[in-house]
Amino acid sequence: MPTLDSGNTAWMLAATALVLLMTPGLAFFYGGMVRSKNVLAMLMQNFVCMGIVSVLWVIDLFSLAFGADKWHGLIGSPASFAGMSHGGELWGSGVPTTVVAAFQITFAIITPALITGAVADRLRFAPFIVFVTAWSILVYAPVAHWVWGGGWLASFDAVKDAATGAITKLGVEDFAGGTVVHINAGVAGLALTLVLGKRIGWPKERMRPHNVPFVLLGAGLLWFGWLGFNAGSELAADGTAGFALLNSVVATAAAMLGWLVVERIRDGHSTTLGAASGLVAGLVAITPACGFVTPVGAIWIGLIAGVVCALAVAVKFKFGFDDSLDVFAVHLVGGVLGALLIGFFGQDAVNSLGRDGVFYGGGFGQLGRQAVGVGSVLAFTFVVTFVIAKAIDLTMGLRVSRDVELEGLDINLHAESAYDYGTVATHAAGSHSPSLTGAAKVDA
Amino acid sequence: MKLITAIVKPFKLDDVKSALETFGVTGMTVSEASGYGRQRGHTEIYRGAEYEVDLVPKVRVEVLVDDDDADDVVDVIVKSAQTGKIGDGKVWAVPVDAVVRVRTGERGSDAL
Repeated sequence: MPTLDSGNTAWMLAATALVLLMTPGLAFFYGGMVRSKNVLAMLMQNFVCMGIVSVLWVIDLFSLAFGADKWHGLIGSPASFAGMSHGGELWGSGVPTTVVAAFQITFAIITPALITGAVADRLRFAPFIVFVTAWSILVYAPVAHWVWGGGWLASFDAVKDAATGAITKLGVEDFAGGTVVHINAGVAGLALTLVLGKRIGWPKERMRPHNVPFVLLGAGLLWFGWLGFNAGSELAADGTAGFALLNSVVATAAAMLGWLVVERIRDGHSTTLGAASGLVAGLVAITPACGFVTPVGAIWIGLIAGVVCALAVAVKFKFGFDDSLDVFAVHLVGGVLGALLIGFFGQDAVNSLGRDGVFYGGGFGQLGRQAVGVGSVLAFTFVVTFVIAKAIDLTMGLRVSRDVELEGLDINLHAESAYDYGTVATHAAGSHSPSLTGAAKVDA
Repeated sequence: MKLITAIVKPFKLDDVKSALETFGVTGMTVSEASGYGRQRGHTEIYRGAEYEVDLVPKVRVEVLVDDDDADDVVDVIVKSAQTGKIGDGKVWAVPVDAVVRVRTGERGSDAL
C-alpha cells in the first residue's frame, strides 16, 4: 500500500487554498462588471456556491464524481466515499483522500459560480440555490467523472483494453478542467441565458461596468489562484506540475497581449477591461493543455485564445442572446480552443500520459478524441442544464420581477446596498428599527 | 440681490473659488453636476461595445450677491473658469426676492 508523500501532500494543501481564492476573485471580476445596483447579488451568487457545493461535496458528490465506476463510465459509485471518512492515500498519488477531496471541492465550487456571469442582473436567489444543487448533482458530478473520475472520456487512463484492443475509455486530455469546468460552465451559461431571456433594455440601454478596478483586482486574484488550479491538477510536486505552472503564466500573458492588440486595431484603444478579459481567456484556454504542452505551445495557445475570444464577444450581439458578462466568449470559446489545440500542440515529452499532437508527428488521432470530448460535454450539459433551468423556472420562477430588475437586485433580494455615497441619502435614512425578525419582506 | 449660478469644469473649481474669495465673496455652495452643451459627451468602449456618454461631469457654483456686485462677480467667475476650449460652461444670474440667515433670522443684504 503506497504511503503518504509529504512533498506532494504539502503542495496539494497549498494548491487547495490557492484555488479556493479563485471564487472570491471571480466574484469581484464579475461584480465590477455589473451595475452598482446589482453588485451584491453577483458577489452573493458566487459566495453562496462555496456554501452549497462544499457541503454537497462531502455528503456524496465526491463519490459520484470520483468513486468507483458505475454503468460503463457514466457515474461514480455513491458508496465509494460517502461521508468522507477515508483518511488514507488515494490513487497512488501519495496524497490523502481528504486533501484530494478538498482540492476538488474548489473546482466544483467555481464551475457553477462561472455560470452566474451569463445571467447577471436577473436571477432570483432561492431558485438559484436550487439550480446550483441540481446542476452540481446532475451535470458537474457526471462530467467530472467522465473525464477525471475514470469515466468513459477518461483523461488519464489507457485508451485501449490491453487484452482485447477494444476502446473502453476515450483518453480525452483535460489536465485541469477545459471540458469539466470551462466548456461545462460556458454552455450551461448559454442554456440558462436562453431560458431566462435578455435583461430589460439590452442591448439598446448601456450597461457599463460600475467598477473596472474591481474587475482587474478579480482577474489578478484569479491568475494567482489559477496557478494552484492548473499546477495542482498534477496531484504531485513534480516536473509536469512545473510545466503546468510555467504554461499558466506564459499562455495567460500572451492571451492578454492578443486581446489588447485586437482592441487596438478594432476599437482604437486597448482597455483595462480588455487586459483583464484577455488574461482570463488565456487561463481558460491553457487549463486543459497546461500539463501536455511546452511553454512555446502555451504561448501559441494563449495568443490564439486572446485574439479569438476578443473577437467572439461580438457573437452575442449578432445572435441576440444576452450573455451579460461574456461567459460564452471567454469560457466556452476559450475552453473549446484549449481542448482542441492540445490535439495540435500536445507533446508526450511533457507528460508520459499525453500524446503527440498534429504538429509533433502524432497525426489527427488525439485531435479527434478531443473533439468527441468537447462535443459530448457540449451536448450533454446544454440539454440537462436547459431542462433543469426550465423546470425551476416553471415551478419557482428563476427570474426577478420587472420592478426588482429595474430597481436593483441588492436592495430587493438582500436588503442591502453596496455603496453609501451621498450625504443626503445617508442622513435622510435615519429611522432605525432594531428588529431581529426582519423589518422588510423581500422578493427572494 | 442676485443668485449667480456657474457651471464650470471640475478642475477649474479651485481657480474660481480663490478668485471669488479675492473679490470678497464670503460664501458659496458647490455641488457636483452632470450635463452637456455644444461639446456633447465622449465615447467609452467596453469589450468592443461603444457607449456614447452624453453627460459630462461638471461643478455647479452658486453665490448670492448684492445687485451692484452681480456683474463683477459674473466677470470674476468667467475669467477664472475660462480655458478657451469647448465645454468651459455657463454662468447666469437671476433676481432673488428674499434671503434669510438661518442662525440669526437676518434678512436681505444683511444675510449675505
